[in-house]
Amino acid sequence: MKVGAVVFPGSNCDRDMYHVLTDVFNLDAQYYWHEKSLPKNIDAVILPGGFSYGDRLRAGVIAAHSPIIKDVKKMAEKGIPILGVCNGFQILVESGLLPGVLLKNESLNFMCEWTNLIVENNQTPFTNQFKLHEEIPIPIANGEGRYYVDDDTLKQLKKKNQIVFRYSQVVNGSSHRIAGVCNQEGNVVGMMPHPERAVESEINPIDNKPSSLIFESLLTKIGVSN
Amino acid sequence: MATFNVHVIIENKPGISDPEGKTILNDLVLKGTHKTVSEIKTAKMLKFTIKEKDKKTAKSKVQEICDELRIFNPMVSKVTIDVFDS
Repeated sequence: MKVGAVVFPGSNCDRDMYHVLTDVFNLDAQYYWHEKSLPKNIDAVILPGGFSYGDRLRAGVIAAHSPIIKDVKKMAEKGIPILGVCNGFQILVESGLLPGVLLKNESLNFMCEWTNLIVENNQTPFTNQFKLHEEIPIPIANGEGRYYVDDDTLKQLKKKNQIVFRYSQVVNGSSHRIAGVCNQEGNVVGMMPHPERAVESEINPIDNKPSSLIFESLLTKIGVSN
Repeated sequence: MATFNVHVIIENKPGISDPEGKTILNDLVLKGTHKTVSEIKTAKMLKFTIKEKDKKTAKSKVQEICDELRIFNPMVSKVTIDVFDS
């Protein structure tokens, strides 16, 4: 049971993610440098947050051309669960694995605060332990977190049940208050908020259970009980 | 082969909000005495220096690079490409 945490130049949430995967959920997690390839027997891949390549040109776009992304695409086609958090979400979008784009927040501010998400799709490998429309208190930390899709794409996302998380109220000007989406098959999920910063009661003063369900969903999907 | 300067301007498509341009307009320009300005839009410009056989080839090569490497995101942005002699 292997989970890969992909590390790009400028990733800075990779160690937090690794800590949560190994110390909290007892998974066999490993770092994979972006210039390397992923092993064929990997069970899930996580692209953690950060500022790959200093957000130069556009958040995520340079990392989307990294050699490891070819392997991530192959894993995505095979149906392996893939989660992108924050910059990881931006990289998945820029690599074409997820629809839409992430623009500068409407306020132009870097936003670091607690938000509330609503689960809109509880069929993905990362949300199968949630009740539909369950609320999750979870932090965001981003400057380019405003999810944008045009009207036709938004209709498609709704039709194909690809909207995974929405903010309970307007946060940054995202289309339809979207905070996370998945591909049509549902195995590739991207989200701007940081679940790895909210799964432990020591650092989540509100309620750590909902965010930990994101990882418990993965454990359920890949057949390991914690 | 000749050297050309190719300017690539990346800007939002019509209808995509540009909060930076609005801030420059509302909180800087219109707060002064420049009341005749009605709109400001921000954009990013990349300046390529490229060796190709002629202007047309230089332009099409840069367009190809921009499309292939997603130098601009086609969902929200459009590019304008201008070629100049070096």
